[in-house]
Amino acid sequence: MIYRLLAKSYTRTIVAALVALVFAIAVTSIVLSVSGFDPPSTFQAMFEFGKEPDSVVNTVNRASGYYLSALAVAVGFRMNLFNIGVDGQYRLAAMLAAAVGGAWALPAGLHQVVIVLVAVAVGGLWAAIPAMLKVARGVSEVISTIMLNFIATAIIGFLLHPGRLAVQLGPNNIGTKPISSSGRMPGIPYPGSELKLYSFLVIAILAGLGYWFMINRTRFGFDLRATGLSQSAAVASGVDARRMVVMAMVMSGAMAGLIGMPQLLGGSYTYSLDFPAGIGLTGIGIALLGRNGPVGIAFAALLWAFLDQSSQILDFNDIPKEIVAITQAAVLLSVVIVYEVVNRAGQRIDQRRVATQLGEVTA
Amino acid sequence: MRRGVKITAIVASAVMALSAAGCGGKKATTGGGGGGDGKKTVKVGLAYDVGGRGDKSFNDAAYAGLQKVQSELKLEVKDLEAKEGESDNDKIQRLDLLAKSGYNPVVAVGFVYATALGKVAPKYPNTKFAIVDDNTVQAANVTDLLFSEQEGSYLVGAAAAKKSKTGNIGFVGGVQTPLIKKFEVGYVAGAKKINPNIKVQIKYISQPPDFSGFKDPAKGKTIAQGMYDQGADVVYAAAGLSGTGSLQAATAGKKWFIGVDSDQYQTASAAEKPYVLTSMLKRVDTAVFNFVKSVGDGTVQKGDIRFSLKNDGIDYSKSNPTALADLPTMLDDLKQQIISGKITPPEK
Repeated sequence: MIYRLLAKSYTRTIVAALVALVFAIAVTSIVLSVSGFDPPSTFQAMFEFGKEPDSVVNTVNRASGYYLSALAVAVGFRMNLFNIGVDGQYRLAAMLAAAVGGAWALPAGLHQVVIVLVAVAVGGLWAAIPAMLKVARGVSEVISTIMLNFIATAIIGFLLHPGRLAVQLGPNNIGTKPISSSGRMPGIPYPGSELKLYSFLVIAILAGLGYWFMINRTRFGFDLRATGLSQSAAVASGVDARRMVVMAMVMSGAMAGLIGMPQLLGGSYTYSLDFPAGIGLTGIGIALLGRNGPVGIAFAALLWAFLDQSSQILDFNDIPKEIVAITQAAVLLSVVIVYEVVNRAGQRIDQRRVATQLGEVTA
Repeated sequence: MRRGVKITAIVASAVMALSAAGCGGKKATTGGGGGGDGKKTVKVGLAYDVGGRGDKSFNDAAYAGLQKVQSELKLEVKDLEAKEGESDNDKIQRLDLLAKSGYNPVVAVGFVYATALGKVAPKYPNTKFAIVDDNTVQAANVTDLLFSEQEGSYLVGAAAAKKSKTGNIGFVGGVQTPLIKKFEVGYVAGAKKINPNIKVQIKYISQPPDFSGFKDPAKGKTIAQGMYDQGADVVYAAAGLSGTGSLQAATAGKKWFIGVDSDQYQTASAAEKPYVLTSMLKRVDTAVFNFVKSVGDGTVQKGDIRFSLKNDGIDYSKSNPTALADLPTMLDDLKQQIISGKITPPEK
């Protein structure tokens, strides 16, 4: 039974994810008990709170940003490119898109499209820098993207200044000029909650479908995966590796440009001092957890967002909310390890079956 | 890379969780202290920005304000903290959770709560809300607690210029925001008033959205060190927890340090105390104390409440008389001139 299950690769992924989740819950329970809290009632409080309509809305909204972030990272991961710069790419993209969106009032429809296109273009161009450095000079993209995150922060700090791209929003807050109503995306109501779901969620789902199609159904996606599995083999079969690096990096950056959009178009309408930061780094963990697949990433993003959401009720119940970080870390570490174990077990089973079928060895 | 970070996160979190267990939970649900002597119980909700309690500066000052109320009212305090990378919706839910659970008043510590408070306050007309450092929320049940930080900074700037022998002083800002800019320009104006030719070195630790500059003592130390090396002999650190690093640099080089928000002479170690010239006091504690007390009395004020030198909401500390020597005479004179409106320190 288990043999047959492990024979399929997607069941391996599911089994690995479930085992990892159980492991994470076990680790969290131990930490909770040691700290003097009751694990069952803590988990119950987390679920009760997570079920509330407001929590569902916040979880899904948070997950939409995480999802896009993880997709951006996954594009690079698929060909062994580590784009650690997603964070800087999305912040710079969101800031400039917000500035453009606030500067002109365009007809509704066109306005949103322009904002999103600016974000995609800025994200892609910013990611093109490490790509060019890599192909022209052999600079590791890990190093250059991390450094570009800091440079992006400095550029934002310079531009987000009254008299440049910022206006005063309150006595102590500045931000880009708020986008007028023609450029906003109305939220989707959710029964029982006054908060609204970001309608950009739909675009995030479309981005996931587009990602799946590109990876699995296009020549480019095939080249991408081939280069990721073995660069020398790909080059030998006629793939232009340098072009692939640039393309993949730019696509990753363009996708990163979308990360800030749910929040910008659906919630804040301005890039201000308190615009969410750090989503690009979270995306790396979520892409790992979701094994770079569009469906896996969706579940991973939702799980991550749910755990983040739970920290609110833990804080309220005087339970250290750092517990959530432990759970997230445990899930992430164990999924990587468990997948490796399950995968090896699966491979052994495959080998034995093939061997039996060939009649060379008796299993 | 990320895995490395996560491992660190596990270890760090485990340590935090264990230490929390050791001291019986770091969150204090105060309330028992008042005793059953018929005092009215007030349930106070506090919502912090990222960082929360334990910064020895801004957020702690808000909490200290509540401690002071304890003597007069029986309090039940719930303090919640923001999470990195959250949106306004999370803040709305946090304020909503407090109001819904019967916490009244609810104090939002920091301007980042402005948008969220604008949505939550109208839903709970019987709950009193206060927000620190913002006045953009227009609702009948919201009190805005605002501070004229430039006035106190002007005074410590004058003190620095007077004390400096090299004619060279420094300013370490935590994060380059309009708020901290007010500290900077007030300081520079005060210094120039005393010595028009004074050289002021100005540096910020981080740029938004990177708010780590408020909690990075290592960088606070390096930057202050650099300023002392370049001839400065007084440094004013408006940088939250990072200022403790600047004080270390001052102690090592036997130079002057000026603290911010709370009286940092009180929290400095014995070896550091002699080098704390003074501190610019931003009395968030007084503001929170007055507000919570007024809610208890039923005399709550709505709209803007401005804290300045005039009402002791802003001040400079005199807890190191040896270091200040005869400076208070001059400073108190300047203070009177500001209060009477003869001098108006710039804000930006």
